[in-house]
Amino acid sequence: MADAIINGLGGLTVGFQMLAVDWRNTVMILVGFVLLYLGIKKDCEPLLLVPIGFGCILANIPLSDVMSQEGFIRAIYDAGITTELFPLLIFVGIGAMTDFGPVLAQPSTFLLGAAGQFGIFLTLLLALALGFPQLDAVAIGIIGACDGPTAIYVTSKYAPHLLGAVSVAAYSYMSLVPIIQPPIMRLLTTKKERETVMKPVAKPVSKTTKMMFPLVITILGGIIAPKGLPLLGTIMLGNLMRESGVVSRLTKASENEIANVVTLFLGLCIGATMVGSAFIKAQTLIILALGLVAICLDTVCGVLMGKVMRVATGGKVNPLIGAAGISAFPMAARVVQREGQKWNKKSYLLMHAMGANAGGQVGSVIAAAVMLSVLAGMGIIR
Amino acid sequence: MLICGMGGTILTLWIMSLVMGLLGKLFPEKPAKKEA
Repeated sequence: MADAIINGLGGLTVGFQMLAVDWRNTVMILVGFVLLYLGIKKDCEPLLLVPIGFGCILANIPLSDVMSQEGFIRAIYDAGITTELFPLLIFVGIGAMTDFGPVLAQPSTFLLGAAGQFGIFLTLLLALALGFPQLDAVAIGIIGACDGPTAIYVTSKYAPHLLGAVSVAAYSYMSLVPIIQPPIMRLLTTKKERETVMKPVAKPVSKTTKMMFPLVITILGGIIAPKGLPLLGTIMLGNLMRESGVVSRLTKASENEIANVVTLFLGLCIGATMVGSAFIKAQTLIILALGLVAICLDTVCGVLMGKVMRVATGGKVNPLIGAAGISAFPMAARVVQREGQKWNKKSYLLMHAMGANAGGQVGSVIAAAVMLSVLAGMGIIR
Repeated sequence: MLICGMGGTILTLWIMSLVMGLLGKLFPEKPAKKEA
């Protein structure tokens, strides 16, 4: 009788014993609290950081079976991450939310969106130089897309063991864009360049053009880089629904209900991959550092492309708009507007920056698609 | 990788910018018709 009681009570204390055995779980529970604090108190990407933080806590409670073969988060993970479905569903929502009008009014800003992705490739090389295996380097480089769903899609496909680190890096740095970008923008431009006033974008875009855009981009991009067709196809499907105006129920569902449910599941799954034994490694710190480098390089390349466009147009372009060529939409465009105003109160760069930013959204998907197709061409991936 | 990746990205987006520029010219925004 006494033994049974002692054994029974012992069962209630095993968790505490395990907590003492592996300190990494305790650290990760604290990390979960930090993520919750950032999301709830600091309003940093709360839609993601709250489920990620909670998922992290759930997975790190000793003896937790949420990610075991029968665990409820494992079931969600297998259904949506292993199958790559969640990032694609998020993309339908992003397409439904995004107005590509500014980039269609100035198609040349697509080039800024291309330059804003160069950090992907430079970081990939850096990761290879640091000794990461090829597929891990691909996943690390994709942080430079500055685009959460793209990073999750590529990482879950080619380096699922890095999903937690890559996703946290991608979303954290996206929310830090207002802090990361301005010093780089100032460093690479002269006062005269920053003060440049650009003419307002007055060219209207017809509804037909807006509807043709997703179709043309899907077909053209799909033919050039078929490996990225799921990414490109879903974002463009969402955008076609938005621009056609005939399926408002589907558009609203995509940008609200579907996106919300998937975001919740996605966040929980990402958090649940952050188990102490797998996450607390020197490698994770290197990945976080490389992610920061990737976004800095994106900004550098975007601003440099802005400078090239300035020369090509005889000084009509303010190179600051190049910094908006990344995919963090519309945050990067707002940063450019604020920075431009700081140097010249008469300078209104928002619409130009929105063009570059929308170009960056397409650019990040195209860059990922091109990268995957090039790697497939080289025989590195199948 | 660097050449193919960066070159491929910029080339693809440049082609897309040309096509979209062309579409903009083919389907310009028409001014709204005045109601009779």
